[in-house]
Amino acid sequence: MDNLDDDKIKFLEQKANLIRQTIIEALIEAKSGHTAGPLGMADIFTLLFFHVLRHDPQNPLWEDRDRLVLSNGHICPVLYATMAYAGYVSVDEFKQTLRKFGTKFQGHPHREFFPALENSSGPLGSGLSQTVGMALADRMDSGRSSQRFFFCLMSDGEMNAGNTWEGAMLAGKEKLHNIIAVADRNNIQIDGFTEDIMPLEPLADKWRAWNWHVIEANGHDFEDMNNAIHEAKAVFEKPSMIIAHTIPGKGVAEFERKFEWHGKPPNKEEGERALKELRSLGGKIKGGYHQD
Amino acid sequence: MLNSEAKLNPKVFDLDVEQVPIRKGFGEGLLAAGEIDERVVGLCADLTESTQMHLFKNRFPNRFVEIGVAEQNLATVASGMAAMGKIPFITSYATFSPGRNWEQIRTTICFNDRPVKIAGSHAGISVGPDGGTHQAVEDIALTRVIPNMVVISPCDAIEAKKATLAMAKTKEPTYIRLAREKTPVITTEATPFEIGKAQIFYNCDGKPEVGIIATGALVHKALVAARQLENEGVKVKVLNLATIKPIDTETIISIARESGAIVSVEEHQVNGGMGSAVAEVLVKNCPVPQEFIGVQDKFGQSGLPAELLKHYGMEVEDIVKAVKEVIRRK
Repeated sequence: MDNLDDDKIKFLEQKANLIRQTIIEALIEAKSGHTAGPLGMADIFTLLFFHVLRHDPQNPLWEDRDRLVLSNGHICPVLYATMAYAGYVSVDEFKQTLRKFGTKFQGHPHREFFPALENSSGPLGSGLSQTVGMALADRMDSGRSSQRFFFCLMSDGEMNAGNTWEGAMLAGKEKLHNIIAVADRNNIQIDGFTEDIMPLEPLADKWRAWNWHVIEANGHDFEDMNNAIHEAKAVFEKPSMIIAHTIPGKGVAEFERKFEWHGKPPNKEEGERALKELRSLGGKIKGGYHQD
Repeated sequence: MLNSEAKLNPKVFDLDVEQVPIRKGFGEGLLAAGEIDERVVGLCADLTESTQMHLFKNRFPNRFVEIGVAEQNLATVASGMAAMGKIPFITSYATFSPGRNWEQIRTTICFNDRPVKIAGSHAGISVGPDGGTHQAVEDIALTRVIPNMVVISPCDAIEAKKATLAMAKTKEPTYIRLAREKTPVITTEATPFEIGKAQIFYNCDGKPEVGIIATGALVHKALVAARQLENEGVKVKVLNLATIKPIDTETIISIARESGAIVSVEEHQVNGGMGSAVAEVLVKNCPVPQEFIGVQDKFGQSGLPAELLKHYGMEVEDIVKAVKEVIRRK
């Protein structure tokens, strides 16, 4: 995997910004959906689809592709938007039809409507185990030198669910080194801050105790995340967990760090303000929204 | 008389009829399916011998995954393996799978449309001494309500083996219901089996007065009841409804039209079970009186299988009584 040079980082920053704008536009049009998680994960999805994953948007079911399982299905707007920019589907179609009748872009991912998805999801806590099943099947077929990697993108909130830890235990037991889980450590869930609802800390120690290799990274720093993935790929005999520290609602000051934005969309005015902020790069560009 | 076309075990009414647990037929079927298709893999939640998956495990250790006591993981790991082209069979007791992991089965297997095959052992109250926690009498209802799911409830070990081989060849998520105890062998190798096809096992001369529709191990009780009724001059037919979903609408309507009255027989809650599935067909197409033999909205308890079947009203005499009652209601 390539290191990131300055040009590539700039490219990723611009792509992530576009993806954030598109998510906001789609949410305004849909009038329902989740805001904080998708914005918070936009940088990580951009890095994965535009730098890390071995995949072919023209041939989504290519056998040798890396698999990306989205466990916390409610942040699907960021998956849909990133896949659209990567060339799987039309960006306009996503913006216009998210959550509408007959759409590929169901409120939570539904493979029947969008076969390029690896899995349907929404009910929390089940994605890691599906990833473990995929990696186990791959090992049966390709042995331990398999070239495929199995990414599971998950939330911190869903670590409340026992199913998550059942999957973690099995992956540790089977030493599935080509699993790279990325946890969106944004510290919020629907009812409030994670440490108030059901404390997860010491989180890294928990995963280490299940025999995982744990890396903590800044989920908004492309270089840091890329290095973490590098390290995860280099580890043998253990699955890797990247605890990606992110800011929920990242990119729009009004939404950042507020659990209230977990499960609601911006209305037209809030959305327009957010778009101005993103388009002006937070006021850095002349004529931008931000005055400070 | 026994339907000759079904080629049933001629010793089915003998006191010394061979008795084999239905789950054993599953274990043999899975082993055979594994020989035929290398995509078949086995996953178990710490009940490998009990669910008869040990036959497969011993033969194909590299295609077996021990999940431990984690039924939600059992279902979701299997979904992931199916996504990579495997045909996973998962086994546990039916109270735990599809009981404890129902939502994972719904979302990651059925909604996701992955060909995972779920075997629930220790179904019915005749599990016996283990008591009510381990007696699954809700599993048919739990599985048949999920879209994309196929539900099979074989009547004996031979049918279980055929069903297991058949379900290994299909793309649909499938549930197979297995019983723990030894029960009489009703069918033979020559008995036809096809997913979705119900079969007349007991016939009568001319028009039947009642159609008995039975599933699982209680098919044997239904046959014994039918013979007793025939001796008393009451004409009945017995239909073995091995596939509960997709249900054999045509055969069910035909037996209801002929007889004008139905008794359903299952070792399951009458709420939402096989009898309910039959009633859904009949109310729409051919409404006739129906009596429901099964567990009447109660939990099970410890006891010998025979004691429990008597206590909960699923013995031969209960079927005979229900037949007479449904005739009265005609």
